[in-house]
Amino acid sequence: MKRLLLIGVALATLLAGPASAQSPDKLLNASYDVARELFVQVNAAFTAGHPGVTIDQSHAGTSKQARAIVEGLEADVVTFNQVTDIDFLVKNGFVSEDWQSDFPNASSPFYSLPSFLVRAGNPKGIKDWGDLVRDDVKVIFPNPKTSGNARYTYLAATAYAREAFANDEAKVKEFVTRLFDNVPVFDTGGRAATTTFVERGIGDVLITFESETTGIRKEFGEDKFESIVPSVSLLAEFPVAIVDKVVDKRGSRELAKNYLDFLYTPEGQKILAENGNRVNDPAVAAGFKDRFPEVRLVKVEDVFGGWPTVQKEHFASGALLDQIYGER
Amino acid sequence: MKHRVLPGLSLSLGITLFYVCLIVVLPLGALIFKAASLGSEDYWRIVSSGRAVASYRVTVLAALAATAFNLVFGMALAWVLVRYEFPGRRLLDAIVDLPFALPTAVAGIALTALFAPNGWFGSLLGEIGITVAYTQIGIMVAMAFTSLPFIVRTVQPVLEDLDPALEEAAQSLGGSDRAIFRKVILPLLTPALLAGVSLSFARCLGEFGAIIFIAGNQPMETEITALLIFIRLEEYDYQAAAAIASVLLIAAFLMLAVTNFLQARALRYTVRVA
Repeated sequence: MKRLLLIGVALATLLAGPASAQSPDKLLNASYDVARELFVQVNAAFTAGHPGVTIDQSHAGTSKQARAIVEGLEADVVTFNQVTDIDFLVKNGFVSEDWQSDFPNASSPFYSLPSFLVRAGNPKGIKDWGDLVRDDVKVIFPNPKTSGNARYTYLAATAYAREAFANDEAKVKEFVTRLFDNVPVFDTGGRAATTTFVERGIGDVLITFESETTGIRKEFGEDKFESIVPSVSLLAEFPVAIVDKVVDKRGSRELAKNYLDFLYTPEGQKILAENGNRVNDPAVAAGFKDRFPEVRLVKVEDVFGGWPTVQKEHFASGALLDQIYGER
Repeated sequence: MKHRVLPGLSLSLGITLFYVCLIVVLPLGALIFKAASLGSEDYWRIVSSGRAVASYRVTVLAALAATAFNLVFGMALAWVLVRYEFPGRRLLDAIVDLPFALPTAVAGIALTALFAPNGWFGSLLGEIGITVAYTQIGIMVAMAFTSLPFIVRTVQPVLEDLDPALEEAAQSLGGSDRAIFRKVILPLLTPALLAGVSLSFARCLGEFGAIIFIAGNQPMETEITALLIFIRLEEYDYQAAAAIASVLLIAAFLMLAVTNFLQARALRYTVRVA
């Protein structure tokens, strides 16, 4: 028995492995679900300027990624689509508290917004949020409980309704409830919702990041779908951060910083814009002006009082979102 | 003393217990521990909330339907595989295991593609007014698909070992086909069927990958318990996730315990008859 125990312990130590032996010419970027194609291009451009460096990618819902990192996924950097999930890493001591001052624009190298994609010819004549609660319209977006993408959609719809109904909370709630009533299927992530809309042919309108609607038209044919940008939407910032606990352990801080800095260079910003993301670099943004229609963007801080408040009032168990589900 | 090929009891039992502790007891213990860190009041509030109860109802009803379907269809399949010789029998035999080998997410995507309103089956069924994808029927279909092998594979060996003399004797005594099946074959198959049913049911309760693609995931209507656990985790609410998971765990455990008990009784019965 004793010998057996020893063997077991020895095996376990072997399996755990010397983690520090990894060379810092490798980075793992943990990112969100629909950013695969984007970071393939970003990584190719970055490694072209840094020979011998490999960037590994990991994609899933950002909340899932944040949890995976806390549970041991050794990601050097995170490129998420939601501040809340980085705050979760802060709370668990993986990312420093002042991460938003590490990089420009509160550490968001690009931004996007919930936008609409309709079928060719826009048969239902969908123009704005108000059309989505009509009885003859079926709307596709993922489950706000499992997808950051859909959380933005929910908040954007709420922000629209607050303006339309002059902050009459009862009417706002009714509007959002009717919107949710029109959703035939809640997928767990943005990409799954895209599949439901594009390949299964379900629904009249898909709500997802503008970058994803651009990507879908590129992938499946510009003549099959039309992008509709609503009159007002929510500013969706895509925060990036260095995972301090991991880079300190692996000695990869410098490389991680270079990598995230690259996203702010003209070259990086150009790749981001080509993939349908709006960027802040004025020169690059000017070059893509005709691709990104004007839209009035409201901020979470202005309408909802910041992410922690949003989390508490809308997304926590039993909060507004659950009440809307409950009223179905 | 009888010669033993494998090393002695202390070593083999040691390895086995070590393995079981590491792989089974430890994770389940951690789960219970997590759930137990809630007060009993909080625990009860979480596991009895309207949404959780709705998810149990959806999950259990679909699992029952899927298991009933598998019971009939799986037994017929096992019967055909054992009793008849036909071209393609080996292939069919191999295909039965496919739901085991296939990643369940792949099964889910394939089934959804088939049963979606524009899929092959979905468009046909749509014409007669049945929607499968994104309804509770879809959940049942996915469950039936992933758990079918359990019944087939538990019944098949027993059928193979069934002594033809028993049936011949019954026949020579003038038993009708129905009576032979009901009074001779079925009692002998019962323990295997029960084992298959309980495994199939437990698998249905826990199935996640195949279902979330076809379910529609509407809270209160087509949301399965496994997805609710996943959602609670996404909310960083580990305790609530563990609490709801413990309900599934207890249900699966009770299910296995009851069938073990029934199986033991059925076995006693068959031994006495034999």
